[in-house]
Amino acid sequence: MSPSEKRISGRGATERRALSARAVFAGPGLLYVTLFMSLPLLLILVYSFFTRGRFGGIVWDFTLDNYGRAFEPVYLKVFGTSIVIAGITTLLALLLGYPTAYAITRLSPRWRTIALVLVVLPFWTNFLIRTYAWIILLNSEGPLNSALLDLGIIGAPLGLLYTPAAVVVGLLYAYLPLVVLPVYASIERVDRQLLEAASNLGASRIRTFVDVTLPLTLPGVMIGAIFVFVPSMGNFVVPELLGGGKTVMVGNLIRDQFLEARDWPFGSVLALFVVFLLVALFALQAAISRRINGKQVTRV
Amino acid sequence: MKCTSDVLFHDLNVHAITRAYKRARGRKAMHRTIGKAGLAIAGAAAAAMVLSACGGGDSAGADLDPDADLSQQSLTVSNWAGYYPEDLGAQFQAAVGTPMTITNHATNEEIMAKLTAGGDSGIDVAFVSGQFAQALNEAGLIETINPEFVPNMANLYPEAKELAYDPGNAYSVPYAWGTTGICYRSDLVDEPTSWNDILEPSGENDGKVTALATERWLMLPAQKALGFSANTTDEGEMEQVKEKLIAAKPGLLAYDDTTFYSRLVSGEATMVVAWDGWCNYGTAENPDIKFVVPSEGSDLWADTMVVLKTSENKEAAHAFINYILDPVNHAWVAENILYKVPNAPAMEAVAGLAADFPNMGYTPAELLKQEGLIDLGEAGPMYTEIATEVTSS
Repeated sequence: MSPSEKRISGRGATERRALSARAVFAGPGLLYVTLFMSLPLLLILVYSFFTRGRFGGIVWDFTLDNYGRAFEPVYLKVFGTSIVIAGITTLLALLLGYPTAYAITRLSPRWRTIALVLVVLPFWTNFLIRTYAWIILLNSEGPLNSALLDLGIIGAPLGLLYTPAAVVVGLLYAYLPLVVLPVYASIERVDRQLLEAASNLGASRIRTFVDVTLPLTLPGVMIGAIFVFVPSMGNFVVPELLGGGKTVMVGNLIRDQFLEARDWPFGSVLALFVVFLLVALFALQAAISRRINGKQVTRV
Repeated sequence: MKCTSDVLFHDLNVHAITRAYKRARGRKAMHRTIGKAGLAIAGAAAAAMVLSACGGGDSAGADLDPDADLSQQSLTVSNWAGYYPEDLGAQFQAAVGTPMTITNHATNEEIMAKLTAGGDSGIDVAFVSGQFAQALNEAGLIETINPEFVPNMANLYPEAKELAYDPGNAYSVPYAWGTTGICYRSDLVDEPTSWNDILEPSGENDGKVTALATERWLMLPAQKALGFSANTTDEGEMEQVKEKLIAAKPGLLAYDDTTFYSRLVSGEATMVVAWDGWCNYGTAENPDIKFVVPSEGSDLWADTMVVLKTSENKEAAHAFINYILDPVNHAWVAENILYKVPNAPAMEAVAGLAADFPNMGYTPAELLKQEGLIDLGEAGPMYTEIATEVTSS
């Protein structure tokens, strides 16, 4: 039990009232999320053990075949492609997002607000429209290629669109703000006195960053990484529009199992795999942040 | 009783015909031809309708109430986006009195997912391709059509009544039909002659061709190029189809079901696999865009209207199908969507469209040379798996 928890149990009736008040406030939201998250999850868990109906739906014959199928090379390859694409996207998002977040925390309060609004500004426009904008921008007859051709930099239009790289560009564009915000919050929370202490003790700015700021902001970095990685894995719109349907990711596969192949059980298995991955990632994140927070407490 | 109510029904229809006629004239002067011929035919059809209604014997299809008050029913229809005149719902409501909502689906698979999800989908009439109507019927989800309530079925070409997926139109009524081929920029490439022009594009077209993504039509070019049936369920043949499609993938710009014609317009692509009617959308923007059926042959597809068993508005559903099959209305549809409709008098009325859009002039006999698509039955999952293997290769 942590010291703070001890304090709570020690205070008795007042704290218990506060606790029940908290339950009242948090209850409806939690119930809503729990109910509508666990029910569908339970449903796909059940589906995953039965047989597909020819026209969709489920035939109630128990089977484990659906799980076996997920390990066939063709599907493993799709998982592999998804992890690589989502992984590269996440890495790039961190490389771009961390410095951005860092810079924002160093702004004056007024400019900080403006910068944060700018970060979320793209969300004011529909995601599909923003993705279509990339198609117009990147296609072989589009402004980018035309400009490069006119400037004589290239002799023939570049095939920028309908490649895995275009998928990464689209995903990065869509999810970059999701890295900036949690990283910003964690850098903001770093105690400036620690940084001062480090420099007073003779650490260079780089050393201070590497030994103090970075470890302390790692939980936020990991949250940001998960926020980018998970939806990137599941996204099927970007691979379809910017990948020209030539890059199949796990999101496309799941969507197609339900909407095209009408194979609900197999689609359920694939969806469960993504859920497992998500849970594993969050567990990892929790373990790492616990270690970091623990260190922080002992240090202070 | 049955006779009088059907006459009433017919009166409503005449009303609709006049309205649609006026609209058609007001809207596009270039299609003036529709009007006169259409009206005369409509008159004749209406007369035939009264006769058939009064002379009708036992109902062959769904058990319907001839006295149903159509204004008390309401219809929800699901059709492909952009595959019907925009104000179809309002026009139908004005003519028949049944409020109608049209929802859209992007693909057959999407609407199939809705219809097979179990329970009442809330949809009364769905537009699906023939092979999917066949599957829906086998699944017991759609109602047989009661021809007494759709007297305008008499307008269908005889060929359209004997399509492989549903001979005799027992449970589906064809809405539009056509074939699949290559849509190309005649100013940029020579006329393609073979599916291999897409599957193995020559140097300058490399990376400038697109293929359809929907399973059956993804397979079609390779199936035909290899000399197989478009309905083949032979695993050995499909293995070859798969190899050919995987080999073709690097030469493709993209898999594209919806925007292929605009890629031709922009010049991003020079040749695309396309449904005949959809190629016309490109031709409308650039007359250099042309359509050809490769020498190896192609498919004959039909998009149909089906009535869901769960519908509580079956009389109105039949009235809607009958409304569509009315020559003036069906001609109105054809000139709007630029797809051929299997309606003889309607096609006569829009014969002029073939001048600008040659594939609108394909005759039923020409279409029937192509292979009719039917449901694959148990081989369906094999196609899905191959499609995944090809697109993720």
